[in-house]
Amino acid sequence: MLGPARSRFMEDHTVTPNETPSASAGQEPSCTCPTPPASANPAAAVPKTTRRDFLKTGGMLSLSSLIGTAALMTQSDDANAAIEWAEHFQKNYRLMTDKEKDESRARLEKRYSAEYGKEVKVDTTGPQPGMLMGYALNIRKCIGCRRCVHACVAENNQSRGAKPGEKIEWIQVLRMERGKFEKEKMDHGYPEGLGIQVGGNAYTPSGQVLEGEYHYQPEAVPEKDATYMPIACMQCEKPPCVKVCPVRTTYREADGPVVIDYNWCIGCRMCMGACPYWARRFNVANPVLPKEEMNPVTHYLGNRPRMRGVVEKCHWCLQRTRHNRYPACVEVCPVGARKFGNLLDPESEVSKILERKNVFRLKAELNTFPKFFYFYD
Amino acid sequence: MQQVFSFAADYTRYVLKGGPKFYAWMGFLGLFILGMLYVFYLQNTEGLIVTGMTSQIHDGLYFANLVFLVGVAAGAVTIVFPAYVYHHEGMHKVTVLGEMLAISAVIMVTMFVFAHMGRPDRLWHMIPLIGIYNFPHSMLGWDVMVLTGYLILNAICGFYYLWVKYTGGEVNKKWFMPLVYVSIVWALSIHTVTAFLIATMPARPMWFHSMMPIRFIATAFAAGPCLIILAFLIIRNNTKFWVEDSAIGLLTTIVTWCLGIALFLTMSEVVVELYARTEHANGLYYLMFGLHGLTKLVPWFWGAIVLMVGAFVLFLIPNFRNNMQLLPIPCLMAFAGIWIEKGMGLIVPGFIPTPIGEVTEYYPSLVEVLMTLGIWAFGFFILTILLKGAIGILQGEIKYAAAK
Repeated sequence: MLGPARSRFMEDHTVTPNETPSASAGQEPSCTCPTPPASANPAAAVPKTTRRDFLKTGGMLSLSSLIGTAALMTQSDDANAAIEWAEHFQKNYRLMTDKEKDESRARLEKRYSAEYGKEVKVDTTGPQPGMLMGYALNIRKCIGCRRCVHACVAENNQSRGAKPGEKIEWIQVLRMERGKFEKEKMDHGYPEGLGIQVGGNAYTPSGQVLEGEYHYQPEAVPEKDATYMPIACMQCEKPPCVKVCPVRTTYREADGPVVIDYNWCIGCRMCMGACPYWARRFNVANPVLPKEEMNPVTHYLGNRPRMRGVVEKCHWCLQRTRHNRYPACVEVCPVGARKFGNLLDPESEVSKILERKNVFRLKAELNTFPKFFYFYD
Repeated sequence: MQQVFSFAADYTRYVLKGGPKFYAWMGFLGLFILGMLYVFYLQNTEGLIVTGMTSQIHDGLYFANLVFLVGVAAGAVTIVFPAYVYHHEGMHKVTVLGEMLAISAVIMVTMFVFAHMGRPDRLWHMIPLIGIYNFPHSMLGWDVMVLTGYLILNAICGFYYLWVKYTGGEVNKKWFMPLVYVSIVWALSIHTVTAFLIATMPARPMWFHSMMPIRFIATAFAAGPCLIILAFLIIRNNTKFWVEDSAIGLLTTIVTWCLGIALFLTMSEVVVELYARTEHANGLYYLMFGLHGLTKLVPWFWGAIVLMVGAFVLFLIPNFRNNMQLLPIPCLMAFAGIWIEKGMGLIVPGFIPTPIGEVTEYYPSLVEVLMTLGIWAFGFFILTILLKGAIGILQGEIKYAAAK
């Protein structure tokens, strides 16, 4: 499942899941916005050592760098313990003063850098004025290649272990079977004899089934007899998960996304029960995140490495979108089915789609008011 | 102050002393408690991966027991209410025992909360002032509040009464009676809020109906008194304390009719859900018949139905319910049936299928079984001590004057 799905489509295109934007983001951490906010350069808080410079020039995967990493880790064992101790008593992120946020960020950067053997940045950029994020997905275009799923995992540092529960994916692409009404079943059904009340084509894929399947392993995508329905966090305007959280660790940011302060989460999983879209995942174990695969460009409320026993979910790639970049899934989608932009800007792609296309929200009857729209043209 | 110290000393001395039967029982429970400590350590080093829970089915045996035990705690009101509102003589004598049971049950609930949480080390995040308490929005916040309140109310009412008996004084009815009435309403609130906890999630159609609180209360007032009857029979046979037949008889009547109501509500749910058989009925359908070939919970459900219906029928037979030798049988059956129906049979299928239609199964791991047994053992450990102390005082074996 981790590897790219073999698909006919892939041979036609040069983008593969291994070349997802996160890989390039690792080498080019600075954002694309012309003047990044001061806090976007957290590396300044970490004193640079010559060893780290050496690490940079030596290359991450060389033998010397591995030794260097080991040295880095053994030296900072006590320091790491102290950092974790301090992390334990920090406040909820929203209640921190700017100074406390900086301290917390510096602590995390130090710990992550030692843990993953590379310079990890933890961004704390807040919501930008005039920006309300929105998402639109063209379900007619989706071909079910699941590049979004893999790009998301690579970008957002999800756990990728082999044991059940250790593998976390935030996006699920549901394969919906496109069945047919069958002539043989037209006079079947039940009860028989006294006039059919339930036709023979009920409970079978006929036209379209209601139940999807995301563990599909096709020879090639798109499949003729299937349509696809990607699902992830809907970033609701009225998120049920936020309401049930007993410690307010999950909340809606001013620019739209629903985020989690992983250091404040108590792991009660009420939010997971309340989410009607099954968008949330629980870290049943210490996340399995190989050093070389770790994306060092992180956001405090976004893709920074999580810990055992906390809940996580899609946050629309805050580490990118707060710096005017697209989320990884939007960037990687080979058919352009995924659109992202500012709902307050009438010229944005998303606003135009909402204005002109037939759009719908998933499970709209639940009054969650998602900012994730489906459309078709 | 002197009295307080001697109360504590006399009480402790009395509950720690016992015959070989007592030590064997406590030692037996102690073994399970040790097992619990080990798996708690495992859970908090390895993570909840050592349990059967997943991102799909993230509440399992712990949550199920938690919900059930809140009901047992609330069930104590079936003694307090007749004793203080209807002035039932036999009940009045044993009220304090019911309060001791409530205290033990709430302690077990708290322990199941710890077992359930991903980060029990961060529980302080919920404490107001040093943490954030999402009140009144979070239903879990309400649940924590009412449970804590119930524990405090029962501890005050129970131990104040024992204290008065110990010192040989009179109960100060001016504040004691209002507190008792508050605790009666409060008992209903703990289980109502626990029902709201899961019934307020439209994401889980199986739980999303307003019948949940009354069903919870009905099953609680059946399962709770069942346990109390069993405890009373054990007390009658093993101590000098005599629980009146009238008290047990009244409890039996309460159990019978609450069990009947519970069965009626189950039947209503089955008819309403399966008649239309929408997608929202899939959880119940999975529970009763299985879904997509996955049928692990089917025997549990039918087992629970057989136990509950069987117990109901036995309770209706006078020869059975009035015979103290046979009474434990329907009590155990009803207790086990409700434990399944309200626990594994309610919590787990709420997650099957998931909101996006995935059908997966859950089965508790050995770690979960050990943890659950350990917490129950700890609960019985506490209950034994509390009941022993209470009976000692009621019997006059612990007395302030006697110490002089």
